[in-house]
Amino acid sequence: MAHFEKANSLNEWLDQRIALNTLKKVLNTEYWIPKDINFLWAMGMILAATFGILVVSGIFLLMYYKPDTNLAFDSVNYTIMSEVGYGWLWRHIHGIGASIVFLIIYIHMFVGIYYGSYKRGRELIWLSGMGLFVAFSAEAFSGYMLPWGQMSYWAGMVITNLFSGGSLEAYGLVEWIRGDYVPGDAYLTRFFMLHVFLIPLVIIGLIVLHFGTLRIPHVNNQEGADIDFEEAAELYKAGKKKESKVIPFSPVFLSKDIFVMGVYFILFFYLVFYNFNFAMDPVNFDPADGLKTPAHIYPEWYFLWSYEILRPFSKDVGLIAFGIAQAALFFLPFIDRSPNVAPAHKRGLFQVWFWVLLIDMIVLTAMGKLPPTDPTFAFIGLVSAVLFLLMGPALFIITMFEKKIEKGA
Amino acid sequence: MANEEKSRRDFMGMALGACAAVGGVGALYAAKRSWDPLPSVKAAGFTTIDLSTAKPNELIVEKWRGKPIFILKKTADMAAHERDLVIGSDRFHMSIGLCTHLGCIPAYKKDTHVFFCACHGGVFDASGIQEPGLPPPSPLEIPPFKIAGTKIILGEEGPEYKQMLDAGLTV
Repeated sequence: MAHFEKANSLNEWLDQRIALNTLKKVLNTEYWIPKDINFLWAMGMILAATFGILVVSGIFLLMYYKPDTNLAFDSVNYTIMSEVGYGWLWRHIHGIGASIVFLIIYIHMFVGIYYGSYKRGRELIWLSGMGLFVAFSAEAFSGYMLPWGQMSYWAGMVITNLFSGGSLEAYGLVEWIRGDYVPGDAYLTRFFMLHVFLIPLVIIGLIVLHFGTLRIPHVNNQEGADIDFEEAAELYKAGKKKESKVIPFSPVFLSKDIFVMGVYFILFFYLVFYNFNFAMDPVNFDPADGLKTPAHIYPEWYFLWSYEILRPFSKDVGLIAFGIAQAALFFLPFIDRSPNVAPAHKRGLFQVWFWVLLIDMIVLTAMGKLPPTDPTFAFIGLVSAVLFLLMGPALFIITMFEKKIEKGA
Repeated sequence: MANEEKSRRDFMGMALGACAAVGGVGALYAAKRSWDPLPSVKAAGFTTIDLSTAKPNELIVEKWRGKPIFILKKTADMAAHERDLVIGSDRFHMSIGLCTHLGCIPAYKKDTHVFFCACHGGVFDASGIQEPGLPPPSPLEIPPFKIAGTKIILGEEGPEYKQMLDAGLTV
């Protein structure tokens, strides 16, 4: 057994047993962040905080929610909304949080793309982040099933039908996923399990991995500069804080993060208290009915762009296009052939590519919300979907011919 | 001596690995079976419908295995089709009322005699055949049925259904 001295403080007592001071250094006071960053670098911690808020509000909802096709709708819309003290608060926080978390995820992703933060040693950050995007999508979808309204039921029907694989007609697989011929009790209970246990567990694991992948390559900076972190850290520790290019994660960087978070939470709680309806689809306030399709089925806003890639094509082509669109973003670090880690505005054609991608995804989102009957909008949707699919090859070609930027010039 | 120890450890490692693999496969199978539809769900899959009171051009919607079933008694001016159910002198269109694109329920338009799916704009005619150039890739599906007098039993495979299946008129 190791030798223990009498401790003079709680801190010392803990330090002897779990190396608390070393832990603090590794995770906080000697985890170095570049100085040359802006508020967009705070999105990661905002996401972590929003996830925390979703967990807490979820715990309170979980205490009254009933995962049973006969009881679910009323347990949400009657019990939680009008009987449970402040039940409405948890529900609106949970609904707004689920919606806003995707807005921040998209900002976080586009910041990464703009500054080339997925390249040269940072590939795993991108890949684990995409893993989180998929896990959050599954979490959002499974959660959307739980109120068992019309949109829950029909979104469940449409999305599980995707697994029949178009002309493969794998209805056995679809029925296996549902545990029934149509979404029913077994279906609701298993998605409840996924939503409250399995997927959150996966998300927490992926968050740890995501932080871990950041450790060695470090956070990128506004110029994509190669920083000698050890040298810069020595300068900082020697008291030359001005000359050093880095700051410690805590408390210095975190204080800025928390400021941005403060601004964010003003917006967040404004939505929770005054504009919660934008995350509460009116169609989902009708109880699920397997014999009546809503006139127009659409997903929540954050899935609209990929839905619009599915929609304008015939069934099989649509499914393939949809599959490619879902997987393509994973490969971004390997499609981008340029040696430059630099912001888009210094990378010539890449900047054009970046803005075309962003605008195309916004157009896809807008078209995905519209009913399928208007031929003009259907055509715009088709063009945007084809354009999205061409963005991958375009990136490969653009970055292959991109000139190497001489650093320090 | 060192070699002997290594081979003993190798053996134990392989033995553990083999046991764990067998257990793992078993657990996966059990997990797969736990997700299967329950016997009670499967057993509730038979529905009998009486067609003697049906009126022409009026869509009847019944429920079978949680899915809507369309039954449309054809009028004289609607084209006959091999997929029709013939009971006495009457012709019926009968199908699962789920769009073959992504499973929404199409609505029957009485005046134009078509099924229109609002989700992605698919159209099927009064025999359940999809209009080309639109999302649905195949006709509305015909559920397994057996004709018994003026009644049909859904879930049982009668000779007329098997004939349609063999002719590739449904899946």
